[in-house]
Amino acid sequence: MDLKDKLISSFMAFENNVDIDSPVHDQRSEAIKNFEEKGFPSKKEEAWKYTSLNSLQKIDFSIFPKEADALDYKDVKKYFINEIDTYKIVFVDGIYSSFLSETTHDGVDICLMSSALTKPMYKQVIDVYFNKIASKDESLTTLNTAFSREGAYIYIPKSKMPKKPIEIVHFSTGNEASLLLQPRNLIIAEENAELQVIERHQSLTENEVLTNSVTEIFAAKNAIVDYYKVQNDLSTASLVDNTYVNQKDDSVVKVHTFSFGGKLTRNNLNFFQNGEHIDSIMKGVTILGEKQHVDHHTLVHHIQPNCESHQDYKGIYGENSTGVFNGKIIVDKIAQKTNAFQQNNNILVSDKATINTKPQLEIFADDVKCSHGCTIGQLDDDALFYLQTRGIPKKEARALMMYAFANNVLESVRIPELKTRINKLIAKKLGVNLGFDL
Amino acid sequence: MAYTEEELKKELETKEYEYGFYTDIESETFPVGLNEDIVVAISRKKEEPEWMTEWRLEAFKAWKEMDEPEWANVQYAKPDFQAISYYSAPNSKPKYDSLDEVDPELLDTFKRLGISLDEQKKLAGVAVDIVIDSVSVATTFKKTLAEKGIIFCSISEAIKEHPELVKKYIGSIVPQKDNFYAALNSAVFSDGSFCYIPKGVRCPMELSTYFRINQAGTGQFERTLVIADEGSYVSYLEGCTAPSRDENQLHAAVVELIALDDAEIKYSTVQNWFPGGKDGVGGVFNFVTKRGLCEKNAKISWTQVETGSAVTWKYPSCILKGDNSIGEFYSIAVTNNYQQADTGTKMIHIGKNTRSTIISKGISAGKSQNSYRGLVQVNSRAKNARNFSQCDSLLMGNECGAHTFPYIEVKNKTAQIEHEATTSKIGEDQIFYCNQRGIETEKAIALIVNGFSKEVLNKLPMEFAVEAQKLLEISLEGSVG
Repeated sequence: MDLKDKLISSFMAFENNVDIDSPVHDQRSEAIKNFEEKGFPSKKEEAWKYTSLNSLQKIDFSIFPKEADALDYKDVKKYFINEIDTYKIVFVDGIYSSFLSETTHDGVDICLMSSALTKPMYKQVIDVYFNKIASKDESLTTLNTAFSREGAYIYIPKSKMPKKPIEIVHFSTGNEASLLLQPRNLIIAEENAELQVIERHQSLTENEVLTNSVTEIFAAKNAIVDYYKVQNDLSTASLVDNTYVNQKDDSVVKVHTFSFGGKLTRNNLNFFQNGEHIDSIMKGVTILGEKQHVDHHTLVHHIQPNCESHQDYKGIYGENSTGVFNGKIIVDKIAQKTNAFQQNNNILVSDKATINTKPQLEIFADDVKCSHGCTIGQLDDDALFYLQTRGIPKKEARALMMYAFANNVLESVRIPELKTRINKLIAKKLGVNLGFDL
Repeated sequence: MAYTEEELKKELETKEYEYGFYTDIESETFPVGLNEDIVVAISRKKEEPEWMTEWRLEAFKAWKEMDEPEWANVQYAKPDFQAISYYSAPNSKPKYDSLDEVDPELLDTFKRLGISLDEQKKLAGVAVDIVIDSVSVATTFKKTLAEKGIIFCSISEAIKEHPELVKKYIGSIVPQKDNFYAALNSAVFSDGSFCYIPKGVRCPMELSTYFRINQAGTGQFERTLVIADEGSYVSYLEGCTAPSRDENQLHAAVVELIALDDAEIKYSTVQNWFPGGKDGVGGVFNFVTKRGLCEKNAKISWTQVETGSAVTWKYPSCILKGDNSIGEFYSIAVTNNYQQADTGTKMIHIGKNTRSTIISKGISAGKSQNSYRGLVQVNSRAKNARNFSQCDSLLMGNECGAHTFPYIEVKNKTAQIEHEATTSKIGEDQIFYCNQRGIETEKAIALIVNGFSKEVLNKLPMEFAVEAQKLLEISLEGSVG
């Protein structure tokens, strides 16, 4: 039985397992219908031209994992930003781990999707926000909607700010030979609210994992959301991350994506600007090695006038890795005075690496400033030689230049400890120790 | 100012397509529809050898299996391929030795287009192979060219007289089954130009062809084959104007360029077919496949100025097969009213040290949609490939759209690719500055657009550059806003 059929037939069992009277029951049924019709995306579809899910579909993934043994904090401590205190929402094999987590209801709600979906006190919020901006016809998003049950639920009321950053961490223990995870996150920042989120997916063994995650982010007027995605999983883990962001007047949402690990990673990042004077910022650093594949798909839909969007993606591709960048900017007819910028710079360091990039503009308004730039090149030999004449070994010199190349993305990380952590990850990935932090 | 902007707008909107007239020449037209018999009949009519008829039939078979492509960013009512007449030839004598023998009405047509043959002969030194409704009626300067060993004739003549060359190269760059319209063209092409430049010869003049679609309800299927042998050089010009018609006319041409070692081909196009009325009725469908192959050290340069056609679907491409070969693409695409253009280029880097440059300027006005779609592909063995692409769009008015779809696929680490695109509108202060200097808004826009397009206009041969500038002005009239 292929994966699609398995999922469809498991849906009934899943529905019986959760509350059928739940308000999202209809949305789940609708979603599974759409998935049944569309199935997994194939390379024939324009959006999936460069990324194939065929090999993943051949794997017999477990959809309902057994509950794993509790993890010891000291074993997994290194995966948290442990230098600072954070709220933590932790899942082990898709199941909430209260032992590792630190949630709160003190003024803000930082808790679980499963309770938000079932408890009456959240019904009002769920009715307004749940599945409102997530695509209703993109097949993988609807697959997630159909099986949506667990994930992070964050609600920041008007003019509030959580005391510390929030970490969302998904561990997979390898209890199952191969595991399919479908976390569903909902993040709401009301007027003037502000929050910082760090999301991470981590496998603890080399058993196959596929994560199909959907995150909906709502930023109301004047809200500020900082979202960091750290993708540094083992080479047996694949991730499809679908993030949908809806912004109102004067809000600022920043999403940073750091892709260093994983076998196949696909990021679908969608911004909808439903207001004026909005700023949307998307930044990414991708450093790939052996057989890795990362596909960044961004969409910014400028719906209202006087907004801005900034995209800056840097990629360094080694070994036989493949990188894809597809950035799409749509400017509606009424969205005058839009400023949309997109930048994608890539360095190929191996003969076997491939980069496919397609920065795309669709513009219907005339009084706009839109630009995109894209480069593919290699490290400058002269600069490398200069560093070597100053006594810096070639390997370190190369790493130094790559650091510099990625630096303007790192600069805008607002949590210093996270920045240090990412610097370390980059150093490890490049196999050097520069003895300093940028 | 003499008029208000509103008045100016109104006047220009009602301005009819300048080149919209219809020459009444008796034509011999085939019955409408397409089947194997028609394909065979076209081939017979042109007294083609057996292999050519077979080749056409093979293409027709492939075409029957194919579907119309839908991926382009254009919307239009699909042409009914069974409602088109696939052959129409002027009914007068098939060939002329001198201009005096040519139908005076036909000459008048050219005069009104401003391309009077004798004037061109004397002043511009251009050899013109005029194609009116698919059959070549006049070839000039043939003798001068023949002395150098250059073959410049219609493709049907070439099939008869130089079958070895045609057989070797036709379909080698754009195979019969390449795409829907190329297959259709391969099956039913009525005529076109053929050009062969022998080894080491530098063609002393610009070769030029003018296309017009004249007879109502006839599609035009041109086939152009240019072969530049080792170390040769040729500059080829193609210009198009079509009379005003209310039904959509189909144009599906195929152009194949072959630049052998060290050769250089410069191919320039000015396309000003009927763009349809200001309400979007009528206009030409321009679905063209153009592709060139560069061998070692060869260079192909495409320059195009696209101002006409209701729907344009065109991607002149370069296959940089040989080491050190160079591909260039310079384009201005202007759309106004309800025009739609989806155009761009493909640069396929296969050889080492290959270089390509893409400069594309899109100008959209009225309710038009203008798309740039391009591919830069660097294969794994294409060491030191270099590409620079720039796509700029200028928007006039808030009802038009500009789109860019650049695909970049790189499989070699030594490649250096740069791509940049911008979209903007004409600055109000720029117009104000011109107004202040006594230049009216309409003229000011023409001035600014010319400046915007200069990089591309500069690449056109002299005679064409002037005409192209005029065309830009004409096509943007009425877009002040």
